[in-house]
Amino acid sequence: MKRVRIANGQGFWGDSVDAPIHLIAGGPIDYLGLDYLAEVTLSIMMRQKLRNPQAGYATDFIDFIRRALPDLVAKNVRVVTNAGGLNPKACREKIFEVARSLGISGFKVGVVEGDDLLARLPELVARGHALKNMDSGEPVASVLDRVTSANAYIGARPVAEALDGGALIVLCGRVTDTALALGPLVHEYGWAADDWHRLAAGTICGHILECGAQATGGNFTRFWEVPDLWNVGYPIAEVETSGEFVVTKHPGSGGMVTVDTVSEQLVYEMGDPSSYLTPDVAADFTSIRLAQEGTDRVRVAGIRGKPRTPFLKVSASYLDGYKAAGQVTVSGPRAIDKARLAAEIVWKRLERAGVTFAETNRVTELLGVSGVLPGILAAPADPPEVVLRLAVRDNDRGKVDRFGKEIAPLVTAGPPGVTGFAGGRPKAQEVVAYWPALLAREEVESRLEVSVEAI
Amino acid sequence: MARVALTARVPLSRIAHARSGDKGDASNVGLVADSAARYEVIRREVTAERVKVHFAQVCRGRVERFEVPNLLALNFLLHDSLGGGGTASLLTDAQGKTHGQGLLEMELDVPEELL
Repeated sequence: MKRVRIANGQGFWGDSVDAPIHLIAGGPIDYLGLDYLAEVTLSIMMRQKLRNPQAGYATDFIDFIRRALPDLVAKNVRVVTNAGGLNPKACREKIFEVARSLGISGFKVGVVEGDDLLARLPELVARGHALKNMDSGEPVASVLDRVTSANAYIGARPVAEALDGGALIVLCGRVTDTALALGPLVHEYGWAADDWHRLAAGTICGHILECGAQATGGNFTRFWEVPDLWNVGYPIAEVETSGEFVVTKHPGSGGMVTVDTVSEQLVYEMGDPSSYLTPDVAADFTSIRLAQEGTDRVRVAGIRGKPRTPFLKVSASYLDGYKAAGQVTVSGPRAIDKARLAAEIVWKRLERAGVTFAETNRVTELLGVSGVLPGILAAPADPPEVVLRLAVRDNDRGKVDRFGKEIAPLVTAGPPGVTGFAGGRPKAQEVVAYWPALLAREEVESRLEVSVEAI
Repeated sequence: MARVALTARVPLSRIAHARSGDKGDASNVGLVADSAARYEVIRREVTAERVKVHFAQVCRGRVERFEVPNLLALNFLLHDSLGGGGTASLLTDAQGKTHGQGLLEMELDVPEELL
C-alpha cells in the first residue's frame, strides 16, 4: 500500500538549524515541511525589502539549502516552506545561485504568490472590506497609516499545484502551517476540494507536525520519561490514501512518539476543537482516534471535516509605539525586599523626572518567586536571590529611552547586592503589533499565482 | 449500606498532563487525562469557574472550556491573559507557555482507587 512520508524539520522561526539535516540523513522521507515565519516576521521582511529589492525572505533557509541541496536532489526529498516570505522569487534566484556554485542542476523550484495584500489594503478598505481586528473588533482603517505588512493565509491548493508542476522546492509566503503537509497529500492522492474528511485528516496531520519536536517528546509534561531529548527526532507522518496516518520518527533518534505526546500536541493552540478553521476545511478534532500501534508509532484515524468557510484569515502587522525591558539580579539576605525597593526607586525617580507610564503600560516582575505565574506556585519566603525585571511601553520613544537610563543607577544608588546589569542601557524597540482579520476568499484566490522554473 | 468513597487531595499533575500556548491575547491550555476514569474526574472538577479562580492574578477575562472526550482532554481559552499578546506584551511569558504547568498545580479531590 502506498504511503507518503511527510516530515517537519522547522517548527517556527528560530528552531534547530540541524533538525532538517538529520531528517534527510536519518532515513527515508518524501516531503519536508519547514516553517520560518512567526506572526510578525513578515513586517521585518517588509523593511528589508524596502531597503533592498532582492531581500525579504528567510535567509536561514538559504543556509539550509547550501547544506542540504545535494541530498535533496539525490534522494528526491521535496521541500515545502513559507521561507519565501515577501519575496519568494528573489529566494528562488538565490537558490539557483547556490545550485550553480555547487554545480547542481536539473531540478525545479515553485513559487506561490498572491498572499501579500499590503499594497492592496487602501483599495480593499475603500471597497468596503473592514478587515476588523478579530480580537478588538476595530476596523483596520483606524491603523491604516501604520500597517507594515498584511498577508492572507493561503491553503494547500497552490502548494499542490506547484508540486504537480514538478517542483522539488515550493516557496510560499504566508501559507498555513497545516498546508505544508496537506499540499503534498493533495498532490499525491488528488483529494478533491470538497473531500472534507480527507482534507481534515491532512490538516490534522499538519497540525501534529507543525511544531516540530512538540509531537515527539519536546515540551512534554512528563519530561523525565523522554529518552535522549537532546537528540530528539523530529516528527514524520506516514499517510495512507484514506487519510489515516501514523506519526513516527527516525529509528535511533531520541524523544518518543506516544498517544500522550501526540495528544498534547493536538490540544496545543487548538481553540474550538469541533471547528479548527483553515483555508481548506473545518477540521473536527473531536473525531480523532489515536492508537499506539508500535514503539514510537501512533495511528491517527476517524477524522471528519466540514466545509471550509468563505473567508481567509489575514495576518497584518502595524506599528504600535515603543517598548523596553531591563533586569538586574538581587542577591543576599532579604532579596525580595531589596528587589521591591529597587523597583519602587526606578518608578519614583522616573516620576520625579516627569516620566510616568499608565498602569497597563508598565510591568514589574520578580522572577524566581513565581513571577511568571503569580498566585499559583508557592514561592519561598526568603529566597537567596531574585531577578527583578521591569518593562514599559509608550507611544513616546523618548519616555521609553528615559526609562532605560534608570536601571544602571540601582547598582550604586539602590539597595545592596544588586548585580547582573550587563549589556548596556535597554533601548526603545518598536512594537510591531499583530492584527488578525478575515477577508472574503475570492479577493485573494482570484489573484494567486503559481510559477515553476527549472535550473 | 452507603459506600464511602475515599478521596485524596492531590495536584492535577497526578492524573493529567497539559500543554499551553497563545491565541492572540488569550492563552490556550489543553489538559489531557491519563485514563478514561481520570477524564471523568477532570470533566467534573476542572470547571471554567475553578480555572478562572486558579488563574485569578493571570487571567483578566473570561475562561472558555471545550470538552474533547475522544482525546480524554479539556481545552481552555483564558481570555485577556497575556498583557496584550505576542510582540506587544511586556510580560516574560507573553505566549502563555507556562500556563499548562500552572494549571497542573491545581489541587482537587480524586478517588484513591484512581491514584
